[in-house]
This record gives sequence, structure tokens and C-alpha cells, in this order.
Amino acid sequence: MLEYAIIAAIKVTTIIVVVLTGCAYATWLERKLLGHLQHRIGPAYAGPYGLLQPIADAVKLIFKEDIVPDRVEKVTHSLAPIISFIPAFLSFAVIPVGDTVSIFGRQIDPVISDLNIGVLFIFAVTSLGVYGIVLAGWSSGCKYSLLGGVRSSAQMISYEIAYGLSIIGVILLAGTLSMQDLVTQQSSIFDWFIFRQPLGFIIFVICGVAETNRAPFDLPEAESELVAGYLTEYSSMKYSMFFVAEYANMITVSCVVTTFFLGGWQGPLLPPILWFAIKVFLFMAFYIWIRGTLPRFRYDQLMNFGWKILFPLALLNTMLTAWIKLW
Amino acid sequence: MLDLIVFYTAAIVAIGSAVMMIIQRNPVASVLYLIVSLVAQAVLYIQLSALFVGALLIIVYAGAILVLFLFVIMILNLRGERFDTETNKLGTGTKYTLAVVFFLELVMVFREFAVSRNGASMATRAIENFGDVKPVAELLYTKYLFQFELTSILLLVAVVGAVVMAKKDSDDREGNS
Repeated sequence: MLEYAIIAAIKVTTIIVVVLTGCAYATWLERKLLGHLQHRIGPAYAGPYGLLQPIADAVKLIFKEDIVPDRVEKVTHSLAPIISFIPAFLSFAVIPVGDTVSIFGRQIDPVISDLNIGVLFIFAVTSLGVYGIVLAGWSSGCKYSLLGGVRSSAQMISYEIAYGLSIIGVILLAGTLSMQDLVTQQSSIFDWFIFRQPLGFIIFVICGVAETNRAPFDLPEAESELVAGYLTEYSSMKYSMFFVAEYANMITVSCVVTTFFLGGWQGPLLPPILWFAIKVFLFMAFYIWIRGTLPRFRYDQLMNFGWKILFPLALLNTMLTAWIKLW
Repeated sequence: MLDLIVFYTAAIVAIGSAVMMIIQRNPVASVLYLIVSLVAQAVLYIQLSALFVGALLIIVYAGAILVLFLFVIMILNLRGERFDTETNKLGTGTKYTLAVVFFLELVMVFREFAVSRNGASMATRAIENFGDVKPVAELLYTKYLFQFELTSILLLVAVVGAVVMAKKDSDDREGNS
């Protein structure tokens, strides 16, 4: 019992430290990559290649004054960053980063808990993250924030359906809801679900970008029309908590896509955890590449795209897969 | 021991936040308490090894339906609105009668399921993984197939009804302008 608790505590600590560091350096990656995409060089002064920039940013944000406007609903306003922060980290509990290894004679699974409904757990937890944004928008007492919150909730509801449906094809083919089983079923590259479920993959990636409120789906914080949407009335650490949550969500989606469609930690020669890191890194780069390439959707285009294109396509994909599976 | 601690914590949180949801005057706070209550209920399901039911509770209710509630509250802009004014058409006598009837019903359910089985706890009587994906699916598509299909038709009718009502509204607006 005690041993189990210690091992679990070590795993949780490791994951939180790694993900927090990952979030910090995702900001560096984003600024650097976006810079090069736009023929700039990005951060260059803090350390070699600007590598110390995230640390400088963190120090700056901590020492900023926390400004709380008069009109806000105090409790909800402080609660909102926490509500968006926690679910962002919870989903890492079921993401496997390697095969079972034995350390000091103990069998250790490199996943905090291999639930037999891991896929559903991820959907349950990520669907709670929207409350942070919605409550931030509502409690700020500012029309831009409110519009951002309303947009966010409408966008989440619209894309969540296609998001959930797109993964059903994979679940039908695999016959399991456990993340570790999904990975073990993709042992060779031809078994990767990206090749067996190409349509599902495309829909899942689009909805994943929409769920994390990233460009071209960043309407809740569209800076050119809503100032910064739900973020307008936030400053200092509360602001940075939203920021960390956003990057943590990006990493979550990258990990989930890697596990569902790209063979998870499977790969030749290199150790599993390295393969996992490479795939996640490539997907993060893809995220930033999209942001550097595509313009933002207009609001009605976003809704039409979600309900009239993605949703029917996801439904069609599910029915086709079920038919193939039975046939 | 740990089981008991988790159970009582989750149960107290679930009931407490359900009560708080009713007595709150602020609609957004009510929704928040409802979410807390739902999450606590999900914990109870998970403790009964009904992982699937617990996850569904969060995905469907906390993740989708309550977001819609919040959406409606924000669209109507009920910020700081207080429902102090008496809008209830039921008389005091009817209210108390209804409360007593519902309370008696609750007591009867408890007697039936919790007390009469000689104190055997609900958790131990549940068969292994009774709330997991396979058992739920088997029941849904065999024993309760008719009810399941009936529900889907009901939902379809509701969707069509909503579309018709929205359509009528927009027609009126076009006619008026």
C-alpha cells in the first residue's frame, strides 16, 4: 500500500514537472517558430537562442500587480483560472508514455492509471475545462469578456459532438477504451490508426484545435475584435494560469492524437519515451504551423463548418467503420 | 477505511451542494453548485466500480448540458440577478403537501433498497463491473432495446419541434419587417 502510494506520488510529481516545463518551452517554441514563419528571428537575447525567455517571462508575470476591476464577481473571478488550470493537467493521468519497465525489481507502468475507460476519462476531463473560460467571461463584468465566454461555450458544444464521434471509429476497430491497449494494437506503422481511420484523424485534429481555442478557432479571445475576450480583465498570475492551461491543453491534445492515431510510444530503435516525445513535439510544431498559416474563421463560418460539415462527416465515418467492422 | 472516507466525503459534498443549488439566489452560482454535485455523484458511481456510468455523468451532464445552462444564463445576461420576487403560483398548502409526498417516497425507496436487505451495503451487492461498458451495452441493446429506441424517437421529435419553433419565429420576423 505504502509502496504503491510512493510510486504513484513519484509518477504524479514527474508528470506535473515535465508538463509545466513543457508548457514554458512551448511558449518559446511558438514564438521562435512563428518568428521564423514570418521571417523574424523571435526571442534572441535571453540566453542562447532565447532559451531563457520563458523563465524571464515567468519572473515578470509573478512580480506584476494583480489588478482586479471593481465590477467583477470576486469569488468566481479568482476561481475561473483555477477551474481552467486543473482539468488541463488531469488528463495526463491516463496517457501512457512507454511499455512496462522493471526498476529495482518492480514492474512499473509508465502511466499513472491505465483505466479501462481511459478514452472516456479524457473526454470527461477536457469537457470540464470550458467552465474556466465561460466563468472568466461572465464574472469579469466586461462586454468583451462576456462575448468571449458566450462564444467559447457555443463553440465547445458545437465541436464536442464531432470530437467525440470522430474517435468512435478508432474505438470500434480497436474494441477497447484503454489507452495502453490502443497503443499496443498499433505495433507496426501500417497498423497506425491514422491509416485505418484517415477521415476520423482529420476531424479529430480539427476539433482538437477548436477545443483548445487555438487559431484559426481562437474566437473566444480574438484580439482584433474582442480585445482579448475572456482574458481582458485578467493580469499577473491569474492571466498566466490561463496561459499555462492553454498550453497544457495543447500538449494534452498532442499526446492524445499521438496515442490514438500515431502509434503512441511505439517505434523502432529509440526508447519508447523518446518516440513519444518526438511525436508530441512534431504535433505541437504542426499546431504552431497552423497558427502561422491560416486566418481566423468568422463566427458564422465556424458554426456552419462545425454543424454542417464536421458533424455529418463524423457520423458518416462512424457508420462506414461500423459497416466495415461487421462485414 | 479509505473507502468509507471517500464515500462520506463525496456523499456530503453531493447532498450539500444540491441543497446549496436550491437555496442560491444567483443563477450562475446555482449552476456551479450543480456541477460540484454532479462530480461528487460521479465519484460515488466510480466507487461502485461503475466507471462508465460515472464518466458518462460527467461527459453528458457536466460537460454538455450545464454548459448550455450557462450559455442561456449568459445570453439572457442574468448577471447579479436575484430571484427574490414571488413568481410561484402554487399555494403554501400545495407546496407542503408535495414536499411531504416526495419525502415519503424517498423514505420508501430507502426502506426497499437499503434497509430491508439486512444491512448488506449497496457496494457489496453490486456484481463485478456492473456499470462497465460491456454490461451496460448488453442491457441496453437486449433487455431495454424497446425503451432505448423509444427514447431516440422522443429525442428526434424534440429536435424537430425545436427547429419548427425557431423557424416559425424567423418567418414572423420576416413578415413583420
